[in-house]
Amino acid sequence: MSIESAPAHAIEPTLKARVDRAAYLAGLLKSRPELSAELAELQGVRDRALAIAQELAIPTTRDEEWRFTDLSSLVQINFQPIHDQPTISFAQIESFILPEAVNSRLVFVNGIYAPDLSAVDDLPEGVLVGNLSAGIQLIPSLQNYLAKQQGSEEVFTVLNTASLIDAAIVHVPKNQEVETPIQLLFVSTSGDTATISHPRCLVIAESGSSLTLIEEYVTIADGGYFTNAVTEIAIAENAQVSHTRVQREGETAFHIGKTVVSQARDSRYTCNAISLGAKISRHNLEVYQTGEQTQTTLNGLTMINGEQVGDTHSKIAFTKPYGTSDQVQKCIVGDRAHAIFNGKVSVPQAAQLTNAAQLSRNLLLSPRARVDTKPQLEITADNVKCAHGATVSQLEDDEVFYLQSRGLNQEEARKLLTYAFAIEIINHIPVASLKANLTTTIRTQQL
Amino acid sequence: MINENSEVILSVKDLTADVGDTQILKGLNLEIKAGEIHAIMGPNGSGKSTFSKILAGHPAYKVTAGEVTFRGQNLLEMEPDDRAKSGVFLAFQYPLEIPGVSNLDFLRVSYNAKRKQEGLEELDSFDFDELVRTKLDLLKMDAAFLSRSVNEGFSGGEKKRNEILQMALLEPKLGILDEIDSGLDIDALKIVANGVNQLRKFDNAILMITHYQRLLDYIVPDFVHVMEGGRILTTGGKELAFELEARGYEWVREEEAAEVAR
Ligand SMILES: Nc1ncnc2c1ncn2[C@@H]1O[C@H](COP(=O)(O)OP(=O)(O)OP(=O)(O)O)[C@@H](O)[C@H]1O
Ligand SMILES: [Mg+2]
Repeated sequence: MSIESAPAHAIEPTLKARVDRAAYLAGLLKSRPELSAELAELQGVRDRALAIAQELAIPTTRDEEWRFTDLSSLVQINFQPIHDQPTISFAQIESFILPEAVNSRLVFVNGIYAPDLSAVDDLPEGVLVGNLSAGIQLIPSLQNYLAKQQGSEEVFTVLNTASLIDAAIVHVPKNQEVETPIQLLFVSTSGDTATISHPRCLVIAESGSSLTLIEEYVTIADGGYFTNAVTEIAIAENAQVSHTRVQREGETAFHIGKTVVSQARDSRYTCNAISLGAKISRHNLEVYQTGEQTQTTLNGLTMINGEQVGDTHSKIAFTKPYGTSDQVQKCIVGDRAHAIFNGKVSVPQAAQLTNAAQLSRNLLLSPRARVDTKPQLEITADNVKCAHGATVSQLEDDEVFYLQSRGLNQEEARKLLTYAFAIEIINHIPVASLKANLTTTIRTQQL
Repeated sequence: MINENSEVILSVKDLTADVGDTQILKGLNLEIKAGEIHAIMGPNGSGKSTFSKILAGHPAYKVTAGEVTFRGQNLLEMEPDDRAKSGVFLAFQYPLEIPGVSNLDFLRVSYNAKRKQEGLEELDSFDFDELVRTKLDLLKMDAAFLSRSVNEGFSGGEKKRNEILQMALLEPKLGILDEIDSGLDIDALKIVANGVNQLRKFDNAILMITHYQRLLDYIVPDFVHVMEGGRILTTGGKELAFELEARGYEWVREEEAAEVAR
């Protein structure tokens, strides 16, 4: 375990690694799927991303942003886009559908819209929840948002954009409140070969609107695959977005996900990011406050074991006065797993009277479990409140004993205490069935 | 209530125990029969809590010699949870706080663990709710305590009451109460004592640790033991508690020393 520890890099032949990893990226770009004719107007978006990507490489641990997350095992696999999209029956995914969103859900299989598995009848008029071609037809301003967010030049994001063939589009018009939660379900299947998919979401909340979004990554296969997801959320003045992101990829999967949010003045954004699956996962969560008096709340929970690596890199960028942010990141790490949290908060001179709080709490369940947590506050404004803290703890013998003395066996006691640590985050999830489901997952997790 | 023919609930013979490299218990002997109430008094650091935690099976203490038999079974071989399910209950001197676990869930999980051991079906939440409410009444506790996290933010007295609430549910054969009276005002003390008294039966026993004779007015002991330096120095009836309160522990030490000299 370490809190803001000194770098300890494996010695790597830098130049060679870079060349290999650039070549690897070039391979992925070369095999990217074709854009369909009806989306031809997006060719420019893809091409621009391609041009940027051609200058880049898959990062190594020498890259400061990827210090602890080693992608060597990823670049050894020749991932290919899926060629024969499998037919998935409703029964195969039924258990993932939230009852609260049964008529407000989109299902994507390997990043591609599955109309037969989706249903959006339960939404107010004027609200669009659909795939990319619906978005292109119905939202004239779509191209002002797609791939236009800050941070969209990061390597995996450009790879996603260059590979764009479909997307989930959510558009909520001005002053429209959508009470029904909207579920975006991304299902991975595995083919004969290792597959890569590039799920994409674009969420536009116009001024004064509100919505609840549940974004989930699941699998119905156990083969190795790579999900490279990007979600862009644009929140206009005084709008409100509650976003819950659940990553439960398969054991041998790789998941790299980007969530990038822009918040106009007086807007409110909450993200509950739950990360449970994948062999190696990375969530880049970036929030850009562009107006005054903007509120950002980030709740994160990573729960991993075995040899999993779970990495969260967040960034909250203030630009104007009176912004607030409240962030709690919890990691529960078992076996030989490794959790990483890097929390950037940037408060430039113009962002006076900002109030930012960040707390990183970590629970190690085994002596070989490891966590690297690092707050990264970049504050130049002088009249601000910024609090941060990080703790790393283990289950206390006394606590376990207290429960044992009341008849719980050691394993039950450890499970209950672990659940107790996690539940604070789960309790923020606004959809009861999902909350209950995750509670069960955590309550029964093998420690 | 002393009855020579009652079942022996707890028998401790020449018990010695260490924490780390330090010996804390140094040859402790004690026998408790069904129906009896025993009190242990003794100066700070004499090993009272250590003894109680060893009975409950705390892993920090290492028993180095001696025997502990609970209703005919070798208690020292049992896991803490098996001891609990077989009827050993320790009300902690310092009950732990467990944020995130509701008191109600905790009580139910613990109650059902015991039912399972007894081969009974688990109580569903509806039936359990009803049961727990009768126990709350016994301790004059507000139902609001059930929805709060276990002991989190409870006052000292509330924590102690919560311990007895657990005991009331689990109905142990041996209730070990470690300073259940410390920090209680007189009204709370009466409520807690009354709760304990109502749990008394011919087939169970109570071992309470206290610094204050006052508790013994409400839960009247059959035996009072004085513990010092990890041993029972002397044993008497309830009068001994008055004497200790009036004269302190020095005279017990002197008498013991005199006896050893003889
Ligand atoms: N886990 C431990 N680690 C180190 N020392 C311990 C531990 N537990 C007990 N001790 C020591 O053993 C001795 C007996 O402690 P214990 O808590 O049993 O005393 P006590 O009689 O209950 O005292 P009090 O009346 O103050 O509650 C003390 O010197 C204490 O510091
Ligand atoms: Mg004590």
